[in-house]
Amino acid sequence: MVSAMHPFALGLVPAPDPTEARARTILARVHDPEIPTVSIVDLGLVHDVRVTRDHITVELLPTFVGCPALDVIRSTVADALAVLGRPIDVEFTFAVPWTTERLTPRGRDGLKAAGIAPPADAGNVRCPYCDSGQVAMDSAFGPTLCRSLFYCRDCRQPFEQFKTV
Amino acid sequence: MTTAASDLLPATRNALALLLLAMADDEFVIGFSDSEWTGIAPMLEEDVAMSSMAQDELGHAQALYRLLADVVEDGRDADAIAFDRPPEAYFHARLLDHPRGDWAQTITRRFLYDTADSARLEALSESSFEPLREIVAKIRREERYHVMHMTTWFERLARGSDSRPRLLDALDRIGPDAGTVLAPLPSALALEMAGIVPARFGGLAAAWRTSLQPTFQRLNLPPLPVTPAPDRARADHSDSFRWLHGEFTSVRGLDRSATW
Repeated sequence: MVSAMHPFALGLVPAPDPTEARARTILARVHDPEIPTVSIVDLGLVHDVRVTRDHITVELLPTFVGCPALDVIRSTVADALAVLGRPIDVEFTFAVPWTTERLTPRGRDGLKAAGIAPPADAGNVRCPYCDSGQVAMDSAFGPTLCRSLFYCRDCRQPFEQFKTV
Repeated sequence: MTTAASDLLPATRNALALLLLAMADDEFVIGFSDSEWTGIAPMLEEDVAMSSMAQDELGHAQALYRLLADVVEDGRDADAIAFDRPPEAYFHARLLDHPRGDWAQTITRRFLYDTADSARLEALSESSFEPLREIVAKIRREERYHVMHMTTWFERLARGSDSRPRLLDALDRIGPDAGTVLAPLPSALALEMAGIVPARFGGLAAAWRTSLQPTFQRLNLPPLPVTPAPDRARADHSDSFRWLHGEFTSVRGLDRSATW
């Protein structure tokens, strides 16, 4: 409840459009097309959400410049926000580089749940299945641009790690 | 600091367009050329790695072509710039005109290219043109993996008894063109005056050669030869590039609406 003396009520500051909060709630339910356990918000992809009375603009950060999933993510975001009933622009920006630090703790847990080790410094990578540190990198390059290949010497399971960038 | 190409003087804008074209064509041509290893690399991990690096390069090329389209504003989009030119209008370095050759030639070329490209990107991280600086900041984080991987392979092949003669042959063939990636562009002075490249950009080739010396000495490899005619570094494209051009324009030739 906004009191009569609140800056919003006095008209000094424009009240935030409630649609923006709804847009962000919806985005938190949009998942990476290849990692169904991690939302694009927890992956740190959402750079900006701007809502005006007649328009919504979402700016996303690509994890990798050449990621072929970008078009799918763009259309999934536009489809998810369509319920808000305003024209939507989904843009990718390099305004700040996406880095590993943008992953939230929930995003890191989500990666593990998908069998992908979260990014870590060399030597600190742990097996997503048994949490062992007895792991070896097979190759810096994996099945997608953002992943490396590892092998766990304890549970003898090959696994992927999200590349540290 | 400049954020929009429209704020640049026309001469600066042309100079910037030439720099972006050189960088985008370099990434595009090496990306397509190395993607020919997909499915036939000497081992599965390297098939994946080479394909992954090629995909990175094509992504970088696409981002640079998009920026170039914004700078040039002549109605062409990134696809039109990438695919609708005749072979002689491409502006990549002559190092990338060589065919992928055998594995040793591919590794040698990538090692030379990736180290030169990372020197170029490092310098451009100080560019006064913000959109370029932003893309470069992102690309550098990915190219780091390429340099690490190629350094490992270059050393491995230089030490192997079967692979060393092949690596030496590759250096004989492509070594003279190694310096073409960092040869000064005709627009170098205008770029420097506008701060789009830092003052040391003109000395990058020499600094890069010096940086390679410890590796070459440790591996007992002959020093890289001087690059002949650096003013022709991005001209006189080869028959093998003309063949590659036929390959990478073939889909666009069939269907102009096809996407990357």
